[in-house]
Amino acid sequence: MKAGHKFLLGAALIVGSVGFLIAEGVKETGVYFLTPAELAAKTASDPTFVENVGFKVGARVVPGSVRRDDASRTIDFKVSDGVKTYPVTYHGLVPDTFTDANDIEVVVEGRLGRDGVIRATDVLAKCGSRYEAVPKA
Amino acid sequence: MTLLGQFALWAAFLIAVWCAVIAFSGRWQGRPELAATVTRSVYAVFGCLVVASLALWKGLITHDFNIEYVAAYTSRNLPPYYIVSAFWAGQKGSLLFWAVVLSLFASLAQLLTPRRNADLMPYVAGVTSAVAAFFVSVMLFGASPFERLGYTPADGRGLNPQLQNVGMVIHPPMLYLGYISITIPFAFAIAALLSRRLDTGWIHAIRKWTLVSWLFLSIGITLGMWWAYVELGWGGYWAWDPVENASFLPWLTMTAFLHSVMIQEKRGMLKRWNLGLIVGTFLLSIFGTFITRSGVIASVHSFTQSNVGYFFLAFLVVAAVLSFTLLYTRWPLLEADVQLESMLSREAAFLFNNLLLVGIAFSVLWGTLFPILSEAVRGSKITVGPPFFNRVNVPLGLLLLALTGIGPLIAWRKASTANLRRQFVTPVSAGAATLVVLLAAGVRDLYPVMTFTLAGFVAGTVLQEFYRGIRARRRMHGESVPVAFLRLIERNRRRYGGYIVHVGVLIYFVAFAGMAFKVEREATLKPGESVELRSPFGHTYTFTQVGISQYEALNRVVSAATVQVTVDGKPAGLLTSEKRQHVDSFKRPTFEPSTEVGIRSGLREDLYLVFAGAVGGTEEAVYRFNINPLVWWVWFGGFVLAFGGIVTMWPGGGPTIARTRQAQGGYGVALVGAGKETDR
Repeated sequence: MKAGHKFLLGAALIVGSVGFLIAEGVKETGVYFLTPAELAAKTASDPTFVENVGFKVGARVVPGSVRRDDASRTIDFKVSDGVKTYPVTYHGLVPDTFTDANDIEVVVEGRLGRDGVIRATDVLAKCGSRYEAVPKA
Repeated sequence: MTLLGQFALWAAFLIAVWCAVIAFSGRWQGRPELAATVTRSVYAVFGCLVVASLALWKGLITHDFNIEYVAAYTSRNLPPYYIVSAFWAGQKGSLLFWAVVLSLFASLAQLLTPRRNADLMPYVAGVTSAVAAFFVSVMLFGASPFERLGYTPADGRGLNPQLQNVGMVIHPPMLYLGYISITIPFAFAIAALLSRRLDTGWIHAIRKWTLVSWLFLSIGITLGMWWAYVELGWGGYWAWDPVENASFLPWLTMTAFLHSVMIQEKRGMLKRWNLGLIVGTFLLSIFGTFITRSGVIASVHSFTQSNVGYFFLAFLVVAAVLSFTLLYTRWPLLEADVQLESMLSREAAFLFNNLLLVGIAFSVLWGTLFPILSEAVRGSKITVGPPFFNRVNVPLGLLLLALTGIGPLIAWRKASTANLRRQFVTPVSAGAATLVVLLAAGVRDLYPVMTFTLAGFVAGTVLQEFYRGIRARRRMHGESVPVAFLRLIERNRRRYGGYIVHVGVLIYFVAFAGMAFKVEREATLKPGESVELRSPFGHTYTFTQVGISQYEALNRVVSAATVQVTVDGKPAGLLTSEKRQHVDSFKRPTFEPSTEVGIRSGLREDLYLVFAGAVGGTEEAVYRFNINPLVWWVWFGGFVLAFGGIVTMWPGGGPTIARTRQAQGGYGVALVGAGKETDR
């Protein structure tokens, strides 16, 4: 076999493994990114979705809905896209940008419980204006 | 001053367009006075943009809050160095920074390129001017830093507290310098294609530029990691966030280019691939800017969402279409001089290294764009996060690390069995010894064990190279070890600088693998209460809550929570983390509260303390404790990498390509004379 052919074989092996790793990685670790309305549609069409499938929800925190219990590091709040609203419960520390004020955007990762509450495993405050100041009241 | 600034921007725009038109029309050919005009236009654009920059700086320094940009990013009580760095802290100012630095680089390229490449220079000027014109047009038609408000606020909003960090003063400009300087190699590549001068001349002309660009990107990325680690408070330094990925992508393709270009220089192969890499790197740097500024992909680092992103998208598409069309039309001219002779050759090792780097870049790009792709193709948005990137890139990265050790050991063209035996025995033994030590120490995790073993192998390779080089010099010149060491590096900076870079890379890998052993715990502590954490190195840390104090500083109100640390029962001082509420000069709060992490950095592990808040106004505090192994080595690895990069490109006495060949030839002969076969 010529060196060029051997190289092509090796190259095919590398390209193949990159492709395989990507495909398998997406299958194993990819999660749905839904709005609350899409989550409602998903659970309506597929009841097994509840409790079994992890997902991310991108929505806004309903102002005034945040209840913090600092001592037990538990936080309860509601997220909404204007169409559907879901209560969320999270045990852990939320980022500084997570506040009750000015309608912040969050990404909540977790699963939906039978009681309709999202059990979050992670909460990111997206805050579209990350590097801008809060508008003065 | 804003009027002058805006006027300077218009002047820069018109001159740049004029310059590009003449340069690309080719009228300068055979008309030296037009070629001179093209060059002078490049300098003139730089002059105009300097004037615009000075105008913006004057506005910042004099607190002219009537200028929207000044009011948005500074305030009266902001420390002076942040006022200076506010120039590039925001969207609009960073566009001006980009444009002025690009025009500086473009001028330097005209000034410093030797005469023999004179026929390329007008095309180079054309490309750099077109890119500069684009950046200035974004300011003129999208986001002008000189925009005035209808009223004058009494004070500005101030700088986001998370940007009030030394790292943030240097990190963005470093990254920008990296991104921007890629334009110069890209311009030379396009110039070579346009002029059909596709010998290795253009490659020599850009060698330093690609190194400069790679060096700035490396420093910028490392500083970005450092900033994320000390400011963002989630406990790590790399989260595979889209914006982080955007800076990593051009770095990967640039690294691939720095290796593959050696094959073109030495063997005349890979001409198409190299042009593709340079064009790809440039496009990825524009893509990174697009990601950062458009808000198309959700990221914690983004600038405000704005239409500026679409300028970049349009530019990206146009640049991609034009470059690849041009490459396609010159395809037949880019035939390789020779074919690959053997799989056991340095060429083959470099080719695989290139494929891996590009493969990693592709997977990172794919993962970053996956939410958009999946939504477009399947109608539902699917995201992938750090688990995906780690799953894909850890195995690929380990292969790459292995090649870092293999490449320098294999001869060009075709390695003999004897050559392989002689070269590999020591490094492989070093790797095996590392493995034995790890297993004896009870480390069983697959990936970290592989990383440390391969790191041992790579270290063995580099040490063997230095050892043989020093020994040869000692025999030939009778020099002492330190003298031989320094002369060795000095006489072949490119090669030994490269090895130093490899040492930096292996330190990075070891440090990254260390994070696999991090320990994390959250706790709520009343004064006197404590938690215990056991570190991966076997120490027991106890953190005891001391209390929370409050005080006012220049531009903020601070709550500081302090814990007492003991290691294996022995007191080891205090660690403090702060919650800061920034205020303006009227004591009104600006921004949301931010956390200042408490870090104690050590060679083995970092203690990382995050104060998340007090419980109901008492001194009971909510904390997260992290023990992060080997983090210090990330910063040290970055330092070594940058040092190696500087050695490689250090000017003056640095042998040109032709002289390198000569010198290496001589070196080889000398080695043979010393009773050793040579393989280089």
